[in-house]
Amino acid sequence: MYTQALDQLSKEHEHTPQIDEGELNARFQQRIDNEERIEPKDWMPDAYRLTLIRQISQHAHSEVVGMLPEGNWITRAPTLKRKAILIAKVQDEGGHGAYLYSAAETLGVSREHLIGQLLAGSAKYSSIFNYPTLTWADVGAIGWLVDGAAIMNQIPLCRCSYGPYARAMVRICKEESFHQRQGYEIMITLARGTPEQKRMAQEALNRWWWPALMMFGPSDADSKHSAQSMRWKIKRFSNDELRQKFVDFTVPQAEYLGLTIPDPDLRWDEETQHYRFGEINWTEFQEVLKGNGPCNRDRMAARRRAHEEGRWVREAAQAYAEKQRKRAADNSLKVEVVS
Amino acid sequence: MSAAATVMATDAGAHAKFVYVLRLADASLILGQQLGALIGHSPAIEQDLGLANISLDLIGQARLLLTYAGEIEGANRDEDQLAFLRSESEFYNPTLVEQPNTDFAFVIARQLLMDAWQLELYDQLAQGTDTRLAEIAAKSLKETKYHFGYSADWAIRLGDGTEESHQRMQRALDALWPYTYELFDPDEIDLEISRAGIAGDLSSVRQNWDRRVNEVLEQATLKRPENRFYSWYGKRGQHSEHLGRVLAEMQYLQRTYPGAQW
Repeated sequence: MYTQALDQLSKEHEHTPQIDEGELNARFQQRIDNEERIEPKDWMPDAYRLTLIRQISQHAHSEVVGMLPEGNWITRAPTLKRKAILIAKVQDEGGHGAYLYSAAETLGVSREHLIGQLLAGSAKYSSIFNYPTLTWADVGAIGWLVDGAAIMNQIPLCRCSYGPYARAMVRICKEESFHQRQGYEIMITLARGTPEQKRMAQEALNRWWWPALMMFGPSDADSKHSAQSMRWKIKRFSNDELRQKFVDFTVPQAEYLGLTIPDPDLRWDEETQHYRFGEINWTEFQEVLKGNGPCNRDRMAARRRAHEEGRWVREAAQAYAEKQRKRAADNSLKVEVVS
Repeated sequence: MSAAATVMATDAGAHAKFVYVLRLADASLILGQQLGALIGHSPAIEQDLGLANISLDLIGQARLLLTYAGEIEGANRDEDQLAFLRSESEFYNPTLVEQPNTDFAFVIARQLLMDAWQLELYDQLAQGTDTRLAEIAAKSLKETKYHFGYSADWAIRLGDGTEESHQRMQRALDALWPYTYELFDPDEIDLEISRAGIAGDLSSVRQNWDRRVNEVLEQATLKRPENRFYSWYGKRGQHSEHLGRVLAEMQYLQRTYPGAQW
């Protein structure tokens, strides 16, 4: 149960007497520079708090919405082993969501409020989940590429300056690495399978490659939150650095699978010892962010439907809990009267 | 085991054992499949996690049981061939588990009635003469105790929650009750298994099931429905219309690409 009070940023955080804001800010930055962890009760600038609420809640929403594209294949998984692994994976994502909402709550905002923002369409989640899972190979490609990209993004977050987020990320990264391996394993099986399976694998790679590169966000020049987040050590590497790392890591894996990355400009650069890759379609990125991707409407409709259809269940649970509390109170009253 | 049962114990034939193990396997498989469809769509994240847990356990039980059934049959069919390449009439799950996820009340009512049944059944099998089945049952029993705790808690919450939740829960219970009859109606297969001392008889399962279910219904302020005339026999391969669709979805890839490895 989440109380209203959680939604109000604590006043004592806003005004600490005697020390002026500038001094507090300077001390705060000093702690960050010293690699100290910031904990929920510590003083922090409002902008730091709001940045983290935005980032952690977006991350939580992404986990929850991310259950949908893969969940789409639970009932159709091709073997019982694959079905069990997929259920466990989607369950992990739900667990990450719950865990991250809790981390966000340490900043003074309730899960209910954050979910309300998601359902109202005012909060963002990772655009990648607005792409469809059309074949079983998409489940493999999501594990391999999407979880692979997520790991690149998230491993540095294990050292994020905000304690609860950093600790949540340690646990989440361990599970993501298992997810990435199971996805790649699906791709290996398909790539070594029948011609139809191999085609399925190639088409999935074609669908997911560019959206996976977009997961790292706008290029550094256009990233509006990056510089401040780096100063606060919420972020440790730039979007472009992480994206390059992902490409360098993933291209040899695609080669091993015998699949072709859908980028005619992709080539190894001896001089820089990195792969060079083609220009990302940033118009597509912006459009999907705005809600015009292939599955934005479906994903939000599914979340809203689950929320609406579950309303009577949540109300019943609350009503029952209240009845139980009242019964317990009545019983203790009776005991007092008897004694 | 009573003296009378010991005296009467005879080996069950391979066919009876095969069908019996498939009945257990299919009950878990189809129920696990139904719960799998809800993950990501349930009333709150906690229910997504809880239903996923139960679904995973049930799929796990089905895998062990199907593998065993395949060995009994001796025709080199593995868990996947049995799960994905049998047709409706070759599935022997109770009709109850194939009933749809109409709403959360149906999900909970179906789960409660099945959990209470599996609880008694696994308890008997764990003490039975078939070592392999006894091992699988002992493992499954631990899981089922948790499942029953979950479904009983929710049945009580929904039954004794709001006016709406009470009505929905009662409606689900009334709708699903006719499917419980076959759970306790022994046929030749059940009798043969019982004579071999692999499981006890279904009337003792019924007694304990009644006690458990009645307790939950009472706490949930729900009315126990009357038995109705028509009885379903999914366990003999006579199913409702729903199983065909469940299988069409579940078996789609294996049927579309015969012989492929996944």
